[in-house]
This record gives sequence, structure tokens and C-alpha cells, in this order.
Amino acid sequence: MGVVTDSFFKILIPGITMTIPLTAISFALAMVIAVTVALVQYARVPVLTPLARFYIWIIRGTPLLVQLFVVFYGLPNLGIRLEPFPAAVMVFSINEGAYCAETVRSALESVPVGQLEAGFCAGLSYLQTVRRIILPQALRTAFPPLSNSLIAMMKDTSLAANITVTEMFMATQRLAARNFEYLTLYLEVAFIYLMFSTVLTRLQSWGEKRLKAGLGE
Amino acid sequence: MLEIQNLTKTFGTLTVLDGVSLAVEQGDVVAILGPSGSGKTTMLRCLNFLETADSGVLTFDGEAFDMRTISRRDIARLRKKTAFVFQNYNLFRNKTALENVTEGLIIGRHMPKVQAIDIAKKALTKVGLADRMDHYPVQLSGGQQQRVGIARAIATNPEIIYFDEPTSALDPELIGEVLAVMRQLAEEGMTMLVVTHELNFAKNVSSKVLFMEDGSILEEASSHDFFAAPREGRVREFLRSISTDHIY
Ligand SMILES: Nc1ncnc2c1ncn2[C@@H]1O[C@H](COP(=O)(O)OP(=O)(O)O)[C@@H](O)[C@H]1O
Ligand SMILES: [Mg+2]
Repeated sequence: MGVVTDSFFKILIPGITMTIPLTAISFALAMVIAVTVALVQYARVPVLTPLARFYIWIIRGTPLLVQLFVVFYGLPNLGIRLEPFPAAVMVFSINEGAYCAETVRSALESVPVGQLEAGFCAGLSYLQTVRRIILPQALRTAFPPLSNSLIAMMKDTSLAANITVTEMFMATQRLAARNFEYLTLYLEVAFIYLMFSTVLTRLQSWGEKRLKAGLGE
Repeated sequence: MLEIQNLTKTFGTLTVLDGVSLAVEQGDVVAILGPSGSGKTTMLRCLNFLETADSGVLTFDGEAFDMRTISRRDIARLRKKTAFVFQNYNLFRNKTALENVTEGLIIGRHMPKVQAIDIAKKALTKVGLADRMDHYPVQLSGGQQQRVGIARAIATNPEIIYFDEPTSALDPELIGEVLAVMRQLAEEGMTMLVVTHELNFAKNVSSKVLFMEDGSILEEASSHDFFAAPREGRVREFLRSISTDHIY
């Protein structure tokens, strides 16, 4: 029992100071990327649409771990040296952005075309209709799958240990290397991840309820 | 006020509109009848550029536009002078009844919010929905949704309203409330182009009837003449077939 109490805060604190900010910042940036890339495709913007497809193809077709290594260990060969945390933020947001862009794009396309036409007939421009009518509906549809992505990404931030980000899992590995209580410590960190994702799941159901109420459902 | 000359539209190899011409004067209520698949919806959609015509000239308030090459700016300008009521309502699902009506005023026409809300409330009151302004479309019956659709149309003070089978998606007991609102608009002198299967509406409310078949206008007459003595045999046949499956 002593091991657990000794180590609990030593694991939780990097969780709060690293895992959570890394997740929050990366996911916020991923959302900006996702909505932009999805809208480009929805509106079939010339030139940018094939670029968007190319980006999604590359990112979804290569492992996250490899992407982390390319950016952190590979780019210095080109003279680009990033600190571990910004490197991790960059890779997680670009990676997550590609997956979430597909979620948002399919949600945009699931909004009936009549909504767009009603916007035009009411005297709204294309951009006004997309911004005020189509996108809000699409984001409601996309909310549950995006929440799933957020939870998955929060757990995947443990991969940042590989590029020397001292997040929760890295902290656990260091403790274990000193006292050899592998099973206890790794189960402990697993439990803390579970706590975090439980909180996110709760937030998701709360958010879904709010969104439904916002449509009068 | 509105004139269409020689409107044609094809989808692939299918000719849906085959040289349609028509003229609508201010205050006219024109009913468009015709069998399903004859191109009525496509025609209305071409008038508001939801479909791009293959050819045709649209004259609006004396200004002529080539329907195939019209600029986006002109389309936007024309759309602000017209309104469209859809068969399946197409209310903005993320907006309340009131917001559905104010949207085109505040966002589309940059009207001050207070003024837009005032106009929207009047429009909703007029269609009998004063007590449903804060409801979302899912919370309204079909008839109520369509009346919001009509309020959304009239609030922008359009020169003409296009209706595409506004009552076809409604349960029979809800049709009357929508037709009553349309009749009131007609009596107030609103210019309307109404695709409908409601023969009573065509007979008693509209001033003029067009009969479409296979992408052309087969017969065009004053409402009285059309029903008193349809010239085309095909029209008589259609009127017979439709009045047997509708009970008035
Ligand atoms: N977007 C489209 N693509 C291909 N064919 C279409 C499209 N819209 C309508 N049509 C065809 O055009 C014809 C006329 O349709 P429509 O204008 O909806 O007739 P109506 O409203 O008189 O029932 C039909 O044969 C229909 O299948
Ligand atoms: Mg139709």
C-alpha cells in the first residue's frame, strides 16, 4: 500500500501539468485544423481540396509514433529543433486534425441540401448559410464522434514519453525504474488514465444533453 | 413583373423543361398543375437559380437576365426580392421559429435586430403562430412548420413568392390551416406562383392556371376558364384522375 500512496501524486501531478495541457492544447488546435480542412472539402475549394485530401491521406496512413519521431528526432537533420512539448503538440494536433476533419466533413455532408437551399432563398450568401446553418448542425452531429476522438487522443499522449515529454507515463516509468514495482505502478497510471477518461465521458454526455436541448429535442 | 422565355433544362439526356414561357403580373396568383414528373419543381428551382437552366431569359421588373450565364451577384440580388416555400418546409433546424424568420432579415439583409424581431413577430402572428415563436422545428407539427415557412417568406417583403406543393407533405387535417394562410396572402394582393395539387385552391384562389406536362405548358387559362372548359383532352383526364383521389 505504501508504494501506491507514495507514488500516486508523483504520477498524478505530471498528469495534471503535462497530460492535460498537452491534450487540451493539441485538441483545440486539431479542431481548428479539422473544421478548416472539412470546410475546404465541403465547399470544394479548388487547389485546396486536393491538398486537404493529400494531408489526410499522409497522416492517416502513417503511425502516430513514427510521426512523433520524424518531427522530434528527424527534423533536427534539417536544422529544425523543437522542444519536446511543442513537438508533441504539433504532431498530436496535426494527427488528430486529419481524423477529426473526416468526422466533420461527413457531418457537414449529412446536413440535408435543403438547409443550404433554404438559406439561399432567405437571402443568405453561401458563406453565411454555411456558417450559421450548416456548420452548427454538423458540429452537433459530429460532437459524439469528436468526443471519442478526444478520449482516444488523451490516452495516446502517453506516446509523447518517447520524445522525452515528461507526461504521466514517462513519470511512471521513471518511478518504476527506481523501485521495480512495475505491476503496481503501471496499474496505477492506468487507473489515473481511466479517471481522466471517465471525466471526459461524463462531459460528453452532459454536452450531448445540452446540444439536444438546444434543438428543442 | 416576372416573365420567362423559352426556359429549357436537361438532366443528362432527360429533357425536363422544354421551352417553357410564362408571364406573371403583379398581384397574380398563378397555380401550376400537372402530373408528377412533369417538371414543375424543376421550373420553380430554375426561377430561383437552385438549378441552372440550360437556356432561357428571365425578366424581373423589366430587367432581363440570361438564366444560364447570370452572375452570382444578380442571383443574390434577385433572391432577395423573392421567397420560396418548400414542399418539405426546410426550416433551419438549429433555429427557433422566430430565428427562422429573422435570419434572412438580420443576416441576409443587415436589418437592425430590433426591427427584424418586430417584423418576424408580426409575420408569425399573421400565420397564427404567435404562441410558438420560441419553438424549434422538431417541436412543431407539419402544418405549423409550413406556416413558419410562409412567415419566413413574407417577412422579407418579397415581390413574388414561389410555392412548391406547400401542402403535399401534410396530413390531410393540417392542409386547411396552410391553405387558409395562402388564401389570405392572395387576398392581400401578394404575387404568388403556386405548384399544387389542390384543385380547390386553384379554382377559388388563383387567378390563372398553368397546366404542365412533359416539360411544357400544355394549357394556360384564367382560373375560371380552365375549370369551366379545359380545352385539352389531357387536362380533362388529369382533372378527373386527381379529383377522384382527393375528397373535398
Ligand atoms: N437533380 C435531378 N437529377 C436528375 N433528374 C432529375 C433531377 N431533378 C428532377 N429530375 C427529373 O426531372 C423530372 C421532373 O422532375 P420534377 O421537376 O421534380 O417534376 P414535378 O415537380 O413536376 O413532379 C423527373 O423525371 C425527375 O426524375
Ligand atoms: Mg415536384
